Amino acid sequence: MTRKRRRLVALGVGLTLLAAGAALVLNALRDTLVFFYSPTELTAAAPPNRPVRIGGLVEEGSLARDAGQATVRFRVTDLTTAMPVEFTGVLPDLFAEGQGVVVQGMLGAGGVFVASEVLAKHDETYMPAEVAEALKKSGRWRGTDE
Amino acid sequence: MSASMSAFHRLANPTRFLRLADALLPWSAGLTVALLALGLYLGLVAAPPDYLQGDTVRIMYVHVPAAWMALFVYTTIAAASAVALVWRHALADVIAQAASPLGAGFTVVALATGSLWGKPMWGTWWVWDARLTSVLILLFLYLGHMALAHAFDDRARGARAAAILALVGFVNVPIIKFSVDWWSTLHQPASVSRLDAPAIDPLMLWPLLCMALAFMGYFVSVLLVRVKAELLEARLRTVRYRDAGAR
Repeated sequence: MTRKRRRLVALGVGLTLLAAGAALVLNALRDTLVFFYSPTELTAAAPPNRPVRIGGLVEEGSLARDAGQATVRFRVTDLTTAMPVEFTGVLPDLFAEGQGVVVQGMLGAGGVFVASEVLAKHDETYMPAEVAEALKKSGRWRGTDE
Repeated sequence: MSASMSAFHRLANPTRFLRLADALLPWSAGLTVALLALGLYLGLVAAPPDYLQGDTVRIMYVHVPAAWMALFVYTTIAAASAVALVWRHALADVIAQAASPLGAGFTVVALATGSLWGKPMWGTWWVWDARLTSVLILLFLYLGHMALAHAFDDRARGARAAAILALVGFVNVPIIKFSVDWWSTLHQPASVSRLDAPAIDPLMLWPLLCMALAFMGYFVSVLLVRVKAELLEARLRTVRYRDAGAR
């Protein structure tokens, strides 16, 4: 075996071991690397006594504001489980019913999630307003064609 | 030795590389300027505002190409480092080290523009989700690569250490790419490189691809200049060393 060949083999073996190690570590850390849980995951697990994030869609028709106060109530759904959320503060511009959202806070008494921070989650779709309008008209808007 | 290997060896000769770089540079620089002008016009003027994001979507035309290049440049560095470690081509080390500050620059642009987009859209400048965090680690890898290459009095040892760091750090590249698929993140998944059709309207896709090519042209052009400068400097060092020895 020439020296070049030996170095090539050493490099190949080294990188393979490194990739395997990284895969094992990432697999072991799977639960901590997620940015948020779905409402289903959170209700299935024992209620954690620490701040967590849940993500999903703001359920259509669930958004309600307390009169004269900055508190909003809505439900975050993963289309299986919907979790009621209560938040006092300023909502991001993209926040709307039917839109993706990530909410940080604590699961309080009575299953109401008390949020300290609400982030809008944008999906990977980019289109001009006219195209969105046309899709809505033809009934091929989101989910309806999936 | 195969034909491709001998072509590879010919290119590794600095004199031949310098001649090739001189021939290529006017073309790549001209193409970069033309594509950048066209891409900026298409992206900032001609492309329509997004149905949700409005004009904020235009940040994408800089953010996405910068992020693609951040990954591409690191992949280039890792490939050059492997060639340098196995075949001991001096030119490969020069390319890896010349590319590093460029990759770091692209990463900074991607992080900064992403932050500027995140504030109005997500409602936050920064979150520690898997995508954002792994890209920040990429920036640290670039900085570490640059620092390590210059941390030794012996240039060859510095190059070797930097090459090993580059290859170990390459593990981060697939993590960045697939972070949005493997874990739940705030960052959206890929819009362009998907198995089905891109989730981005053609009116917005073309400006994006045009900007991506412009960024690639910029990288190639500046890389050629930097490699050229380093090769000429190495030649100068040899001459000085020889003259000092003759005295």
